[in-house]
Parts: sequence; C-alpha cells; structure tokens
Amino acid sequence: MNAPLLEVEGLRTHFFTRAGVVKAVDGVSFALAPGEILGLVGESGSGKSVTGFSLLGLIDPPGRIVDGSVRLEGEELVGMPTRALRRLRGRRIAMVFQDPMMTLNPVLSIGTQMSLAIRAHDAVSDKAARERSAAVLARVGIPDARARLDAFPHEFSGGMRQRVAIAIAMAHSPAVIVADEPTTALDVSIQAQILFEMRELARESGTALVWISHDLATVSSLAERILVMYAGRIVEEGATATVLRDPRHPYTRGLLDSLPATAEPGRPLNQIPGTTPSLLALPPGCPFAPRCAHASGSCREDPPRRAAAGRAYRCHHPLERVA
Amino acid sequence: MTAPFLSLDAITRRFEPRLILGDRIAARLGARVENRPVRAVTEVSLEIAKGETLGLVGESGCGKSTLGRVVAGILPPTSGTVLIDGKPVIEHGRKVTTRVQTVFQDPYASLDPRMRIGDIVAEGPIAHGLASKADAPGYVRDWLSRVGLDPDFAGRYPHQFSGGQRQRVAIARALAMQPDLLVCDEPVASLDVSIQAQIINLFLELRRELGITCLFISHDLRVVRHVSDRVAIMYLGRIVEIGATEAIYRDPQHPYTRALLGSVPKLVLEDDELVRFETISGEIPSPLAPPPGCTFHPRCPVAVEACRREVPVLFDDSDGRMVACHVRAMERAAMTKEGSA
Amino acid sequence: MIDTSTPLGRFWAGFRENPVAVAALTMVAAIVLVAVAAPLIAPQDPYDLGGLSLLDARRPPGHVGSGGYVHLLGTDAQGRDLLSAILYGLRISVQIGLLAGGVALAIGASLGVTAAYAGGIVETLVMRIVDLQLSFPAILLALVLVALLGQGKAQLVTALVAAQYAYFARTAYGAATAERRKDYIEAATATPLSRARVVFRHLLPNCMPPLIVVATVQIANSIALEATLSFLGLGLPVTEPSLGMLISNGFVYMMSGRYWISVYPGVALIVLIVAINLVGDQVRDQLNPRLHR
Repeated sequence: MNAPLLEVEGLRTHFFTRAGVVKAVDGVSFALAPGEILGLVGESGSGKSVTGFSLLGLIDPPGRIVDGSVRLEGEELVGMPTRALRRLRGRRIAMVFQDPMMTLNPVLSIGTQMSLAIRAHDAVSDKAARERSAAVLARVGIPDARARLDAFPHEFSGGMRQRVAIAIAMAHSPAVIVADEPTTALDVSIQAQILFEMRELARESGTALVWISHDLATVSSLAERILVMYAGRIVEEGATATVLRDPRHPYTRGLLDSLPATAEPGRPLNQIPGTTPSLLALPPGCPFAPRCAHASGSCREDPPRRAAAGRAYRCHHPLERVA
Repeated sequence: MTAPFLSLDAITRRFEPRLILGDRIAARLGARVENRPVRAVTEVSLEIAKGETLGLVGESGCGKSTLGRVVAGILPPTSGTVLIDGKPVIEHGRKVTTRVQTVFQDPYASLDPRMRIGDIVAEGPIAHGLASKADAPGYVRDWLSRVGLDPDFAGRYPHQFSGGQRQRVAIARALAMQPDLLVCDEPVASLDVSIQAQIINLFLELRRELGITCLFISHDLRVVRHVSDRVAIMYLGRIVEIGATEAIYRDPQHPYTRALLGSVPKLVLEDDELVRFETISGEIPSPLAPPPGCTFHPRCPVAVEACRREVPVLFDDSDGRMVACHVRAMERAAMTKEGSA
Repeated sequence: MIDTSTPLGRFWAGFRENPVAVAALTMVAAIVLVAVAAPLIAPQDPYDLGGLSLLDARRPPGHVGSGGYVHLLGTDAQGRDLLSAILYGLRISVQIGLLAGGVALAIGASLGVTAAYAGGIVETLVMRIVDLQLSFPAILLALVLVALLGQGKAQLVTALVAAQYAYFARTAYGAATAERRKDYIEAATATPLSRARVVFRHLLPNCMPPLIVVATVQIANSIALEATLSFLGLGLPVTEPSLGMLISNGFVYMMSGRYWISVYPGVALIVLIVAINLVGDQVRDQLNPRLHR
C-alpha cells in the first residue's frame, strides 16, 4: 500500500463560545492516499466542514484545534506557524468552498486574481502567469478562457464562478484539494457537469480530493471511500459502495432510508426520529443513541472503533448484513 | 366534465426594472430609455384537480417560484387569471381569499423572530374569524400537536427551535387557516436529509387526513417524485412537459426533461461502477434575453430548424401528457400517420 | 435569573457582560432618578425668586448662605444654590431629551416604515423631503424654528422633533426596505393580513433594533442641542434655567476665577451625554448581528 499522503489523527476542534464549549470535531482520524477521492458525509452540525477547515488550519477564534495531528506528506500542520502554513496553502493543499465568492474578490478581474494566486508561490512573470491562468481555466471547462480573463466575477453564472474557484485551487496542482459542498448551491445540470469534471481532473493530475457533502448520492457517484460523520465523530467508514449497500451503523442506515429515492413514491419514508443533538451538552456514550432504535444500556459508554476487512464503525449494536 | 379546482389561464408575469428618477423623467419627456422587462413566467396554463398534488420542477431562474407566488396570491400576474373553484385569488392586486396558503422554503426567514409561535399560528385565524380570541389558545394547541409539536411550546420564540421544528410551525400556520390549496415553495430544500424525511412524512400524512390540494415546488426531482401525482417541468418561464409523475420519470418526452432526469446523481451501490453522467451542455440562458423559438434549442441535442424560429406549444402527447417540443410533435404526427395507414 | 428565551432577556444577558456599559446605564438611571426627584431632594427651589438673596450671589462651593445651609457647589449670579439649579436643570434636560427623542422616534419610524412598505409616490415624496432636510445641519433648522416659534418648552420640543425626526425616518426606511423582502413579511401578506397589521405588527417591531440605537444617540443629541440653544439664549425662558443657560450665565465670570458657575453645570451635562452614549454603544454592539458570536 502507498504511504498515506495526508494523515489525520485524533483531531479535535472545539469552539469556545459564550454558551459553552462546542466540540465540533471530537476525535477524527483518517488517512488519504495520493490521488484518492474521499467522501466526507454528514448532516449540518456533524463537524464535516469544520474537519475540512481544520485540515488547512482555517479555524478562527473562538475555535481552536485542541488536540490531534494533521500530517501532509509527513509534515505536521497542527501548530505550524501561520507563515509556513500560508506557504503550503494553495500550493500543496487547497480548498474549494460552497460559495465561490469566499475565494473570489468581486472587484478584481478573474485574470488578475488567478495571476495573483499563481505568483503567490511561483516567481513567474505576469505574462506567464496569465498564460497559465488561461490554461487552467480551459481545463475546468470554461469556454473561450483567454477572453474571459478580463471578466469580473459578477459577469459569471454561479456554476462558472465555482469553476473559476476550482481552477484557482488547481493552479499549483496541489496534492490535496478539500472541497466543501462545492456543488450544493448549483442546479442539477451544472452539478452533474462539475462532478464529472472534478473526477476527470483528479484522475489526470493525481490530486487527492476530500469531498465534503450532505448528499449521499453525489458522494456515491464520486468517492472511492466514504466517512460518515455524526456529532463530531466518524461513525462509519469504508469503500463507498460497500458502506452504502450494507451499512453497519444504524445512523448510516437511517440516512439511506431517509432518501426519497429508496422508498416507493407516496409511501412514508423510514425516518430517523428526533433531531441532531446540541454539541454543547452531548451525553456520554454514543451520540446517536437517543435517536437509535437499537440503543441499549451499553450505549451509555463510548462504542469502540471496530475495524475489519477495510471498513470500520463505532457501534455497540452493528447491523447484520441483510441477505 | 366538472370545472377544475384550480385553474391558471395564460399566466404571464413580467418584472420591470425600476428606473432611477432621472431616467423616469427622461422617459416622460419622450427620450428612449432602455427598460427591458424580465419575463419570469410566460403564458402558463394548467389545472389541478381537487385533492391532487402537482409537482412543479425546474432549475433556478425557470420561474417556478414566481408562478408559485402568483398562485399563492402574493404577486399579481401581469396578465392571466388564477381561479380557485371558479373564484379569483387576486382582485385589483390584492389577495381576496384565504383558501390558498403557503409554506415557504426557509423556516429561519418565514417566521417573525419577534413573535411567539402560538401568536404566529393564531394571528391569521383570529384576523379572519376562524377562531375567536378566547378559543385561539386551544385552536393553536390543536394545530401544534397535529404537526407533531408539543402544544406547550406555544409560548416559545422561533429561535428556540431547530429548522425542522420551525418548518412544522410554518406548516401549522398555513393549515390553521383551513386552506383548500397549499402552495409549498421548496419546503424541504433547506433541511437536513433526516429532517427532510420527517417533514415529507408529515406532509404525506396531513395531506391524506385533510384531503388537501397541493402545488409542490421543488428543484429536487427525487422529492417531487415521492410526493406528486402529476409533475410539470418548467424551463425559462414556460412549462415544457406536464403529466402523471411515474409516466414522466419512466419515459420523459421533452429533451430537457430527459436531460434533467439524467443529471440527477443516483445512489451507486456497486463497487467499481464508473458512473456516467448525462450532462446537458451549456448553461441556462439569461431570462433577460431568452433565445428565439424554443428557449431550449441552444442546448438541445435534437434541435431542428423549426426550433430556432417558432415557439413550440404544449400538445396532447398521450394519456393526458402534454409536451412542448417540435421534434416530439413531428414524431407523434409520423406515428399517427403510420397507425392510420 | 434572566429568562433568555425572550428577545429582551437575551439582550439584557449580553448587556450585562460589559461592565462599562452597566456602569454607564447605572449612571443614566441615577441621573434620571435624581432629575425626577429634584423637587424632593434639592436643598432649594431655584424657581422661587423670593427665596433668593443677592447677598449669596457668586459664592464659592462650601459657602454657608443666608438661608442657613451649605451651598455645596456654590451659587450663581442671582444667588441660587448651584446644586439645586443643576438638579432642576438636569430635570429639564432629561425631560426635553426623552420627549423630543420619543416623539421624533414615533413620527420618524412610522414615516420611514410606511414609505418603505408603500413604495411608489409615497416613498418618493417622504424620502425626498427627509433627504432634503438631512442636508441641513440640525442646529440650523432648530435655530430657525425656535426663532419663528418663540420661547417655551413646547416650542423647543417641536423644534427639536422637527430637526431630528428625519434621522429616525432614514434609519427606519433603511431597516424596513431590508426587512420587507424577508419571507415572514411575505407570509403575512400571503395570509392575507391587513396592510396596517403587516406594517405595525410585523415590519415595525423588526426595525426597532437600529432605531433604538439611533434613539440613544438622538436623545443625547437633543439634550446637547437644547443646551446649545439655551446657551445662545434661544431655548427656554429665563425662569426655567436649563443646564445650557446656567453655563451661559456663568460664562462671563470664568475669567474672574468664579469657575464653578459654568463648570459644574458643564460637568453634569458632559457626564449625562457621555453616559447615554456609552449605553448607546453597547446597545449597538449588542443589536448588530455581525458582531454576534
């Protein structure tokens, strides 16, 4: 097996708010191989986005990474000085946000922004940077890329803006791109185009992708491996198709059953009762227990991580394989 | 045949950009000021039978929300009429009926943050005499429990609830007006998957109990398939296809419907299966300058010359299915000719 | 325990976290209390001309007057006890500030919110008048009005309201144009509820946060404006000495070393205005959603 490109161990990111400590990410570990596409799935409040932001050290007060390590190509990122981190960001590890305007500056032309991004890490002439910008834009499927360099973000549609944001992330052919719900705000037809292109781009350039999404269907059509998060922890992980076909954790099962596509039209969906717990006052033990049909007294204790045959889950009462 | 329960007749809704004062004066003085109206909805006619749920789908900017707001009586149409049981919903720009109620997309925005939820639910029924001030607390408790909320929550404020619970409050507010038609504008779009399932179940249950008619607007084709009896697909302000849900999902006739259904990501349960995306090329044109003829022709894989010139009208395809496509119309004509020959 | 479930409870819970603001609020409350209770606690009635003696005029702080009591802050040119005059002056300032601020808030907010909701010709008409008025300095307008209307409390309040309602109207209009696009307003019109109900039950309450911020600033401004007008001799009649007039009266004696006649009323005025502004700052921080964690 390849040496992992990115290794996350025991990551804990907590937010110290007025109301108390929010344990947004509470002990997350995983590894990412070069060129791998990893899906990070969960509902709002599961900590999937905060995990993504933590990988790049993009956590602002009142939040803080309190424990754990993130190693990129063997180099520890947690606790790295901001300046050193900034040299890595964009070059070795990049991020695509749900809202492309998080990346784009509304008052600069696309060409200027891309040149700035390129020249931030490479000492090239302005002209060379523009050439490279046009080339990357063409790669993410922007027609007539050279002419669009002088356009401003507001002249682009939502889908085109997201393509530009992806192009900026790809500009230095980073080893890892963390994509946080990049297609959620887009229309289905545009989403399908971007999913398709991202998969091709990752394959061509050998870039590994961490794809954060709430949508099991998009993740299943893209990611080789999947991590399911709930209340700041990974509750189940493994090869995407295996996990989704045959989930062991009742939460994964519940998520799948909540999808309208899995039930006969007009019939009630097999819903998970209750709501996601407040991360301020999580009871000890399995955070899913209050909503779980299989919960018992033993769920008051933290379920251990059980791993076998390339997959793992944290549950005292794992579901048996359905015949 | 009995008159349809809800009927829309040639609804058009334009938005005129507001001119600045100088331009307005210039226009008054006879100068040529560019003021292109946006046509959000163009000549939409459709009917919904009593007790039926019609799903309205389309991508952003297709006019589905505008159409929903016209039906709900929030926006007066530029031309055309909306009749419920033969009576108009809007007269002289004002809504004149309480028989149509609305559930909005974002439960964080649709509830007044400064009102207790009990007052939110009670306000409309008291104003319209559906409940007296004295009976209101009991009336509110009844509706809160019917949407699955603890009636003792009536004294709380919206910020004390989760998104799913707020959407239940919004549903209670709409249903407490005892409407005959419910317009649901993306009611589950802003909710998490597990909460989405709860709200869909609640909707299915209440619909069965109350026999309510519904216009269900959504961009999520999977949700629409689950709740609708019939579906209408909109593209750039027009309905391109309308018919029974299962028939359309199984065998879409309009090239846009086909492409849209092909774009929906599916749950992949096989190892090493490489998903093929059937993507539509290009982007949705601006409604400010829609293409001539069939508005879909620049992205359409089967467009012919006629599509560039003439706007296709909805024709009866089969079994109550209506399609607005020149190519399909020609195919259909050829098939009937063959059949009669 | 504070009930943090209501909007007011949450507001107060946050407010308490800033000790400076709490101190300022305590100060404002104390001044208001003292001002209200002035007739009960002031050693002397400064309006009672019969109780004044010119023998006691311009005495320094600590002087024992002919009335037999100590003038803690000295006396003014008419022999008034300065402490009593300041207490009564504060009473007038607070009264006029609250009255002018409150009336301007009511008029301005209603106008602004109505203009935003109605749109069309009403909006254009109201907001252009407001804009026109905002292009003049408030003091100029107040000066002209006082000159036209004459002296007196009612006239002064009218002038202050006329000079200040425009700030409220502008703020209310801005807040209401943002709020009226929100879904809950659409939901109210979709019910349907009457226009008056939508405007006054839903739109106006949700425009209150920025208006309250402006109100604190404007109350402080009315007090300062009133003091300015009185200082110029245009505000209240001489029989009702406000802080501005006290400062003005003592001004001529500043050079002769009788500082207290001007300085103590000035200090009282500054403390009042600064305290109100500190409270206003915290209110603004509190109500600004962007600063919320």
